[in-house]
Amino acid sequence: MTKKSTRLVPMAGMVILLAGPLQVATVAAAEGASAVAEGKAISFKRSKGNCLACHMIEGGESPGNVGPPLIAMKARYPDKAKLRAQIFDATAFNPDSAMVPFGKHRILTEDEIDKVTEYIWTL
Amino acid sequence: MPASQVIERICLEKRHIMKKTLIKMGALFLAGGVALAAQAATPEEDRTAFTNHYKFRFPDVPMEEYPNGAYAIDRIGRENWEAIEEFPPYEPFIDEGQEMWETPFANGKTYKDCFSDGPGIKSQYPRWDKKQGMVITMALAINQCREANGEKALKYKKGPIVPLMSYMAFESRGQITNVVIPEDDPRAMAAYESGKKFYFTRRGQLNFSCATCHVQNTGLKVRTEVLSPSLGHTTHWPVYRSKWGTAGTLHRRFTGCNRNIRAKPMKAQGEQYRNLEYFLTYLSNGLTLNGPGARK
Repeated sequence: MTKKSTRLVPMAGMVILLAGPLQVATVAAAEGASAVAEGKAISFKRSKGNCLACHMIEGGESPGNVGPPLIAMKARYPDKAKLRAQIFDATAFNPDSAMVPFGKHRILTEDEIDKVTEYIWTL
Repeated sequence: MPASQVIERICLEKRHIMKKTLIKMGALFLAGGVALAAQAATPEEDRTAFTNHYKFRFPDVPMEEYPNGAYAIDRIGRENWEAIEEFPPYEPFIDEGQEMWETPFANGKTYKDCFSDGPGIKSQYPRWDKKQGMVITMALAINQCREANGEKALKYKKGPIVPLMSYMAFESRGQITNVVIPEDDPRAMAAYESGKKFYFTRRGQLNFSCATCHVQNTGLKVRTEVLSPSLGHTTHWPVYRSKWGTAGTLHRRFTGCNRNIRAKPMKAQGEQYRNLEYFLTYLSNGLTLNGPGARK
């Protein structure tokens, strides 16, 4: 018992030392998590992203298949900015793309596109 | 993730890549037609390009299936549809329309006085009217008849015109679509070309043309809806649509389509939609009329 508590003392000190940077990291992680969660909500909402109309997404019901399944997104888009640009206006890269130009046609705001990008990139 | 799910995903991905390749090949067919069109393709060349595109995409679907729309290519949807057709929801509209057809106007005359060939005349429309210099659809001809006899014109999307057209469509079942673009009047070709341009023009906030869904992605699904081919789009109107809970006209469907893509709908029976109907119906030349129809 005593042995254990003596071991705990320096550890407690470390916790205190780490608390500062840890807190910052936790806040950043929470912000990231909330952006992803919000992005998911926007992506699933029919009047907003409505991604499921055309894309299969894990956990999404009744997906369409006009577009490719949204999987392995980090492998397909190592550069997150490229993914964002694709969501913003896919016709910039392929004029025949059937994909809705969510940014160019102002279906989503810049902020909403950021969040959707965060979410889609996790898939 | 279980292995079966991984395999399923890979299969989906592969299928998509295959699909893309097929689309590219299919697009070549169509691009041929469209490119030719830019250098003044004949309507018959357009029709052939569309036909080849769908034949390539759906090699097992015989031409005579196209009047059945998405149900020609959607096996599950077809089962439901066949069940619905056992007790057709459009039947009361046919009966009501027959009564309208037989009831004299206030001046004692009837529709028969305008349409001497009787109610089964759907295959005569849409047609180019040289004298009026415009495409005349059956709906327009009905109202011209009414107004010539001192009756008020009917609305074009819903209401009494629907049963009347349902009866006329029913009496026209078995006739063959045969749209003619007369060569002696260049305005007829211009109307066809304007309908074609409308079909291929992307519009609305969603940036879709008719072709985006019904050529490029035919057979694929938006949510659970299978996108129908354009061959056969015009054979079965009016349609009892479960979504509407009633029967409606082709031009009502046009306005709905335009709304879906967040575009401002055009006027029902206005010049743009009439020209679109002219082009679209021409594509179905040779297909059997099977209206009225039932759709989800």
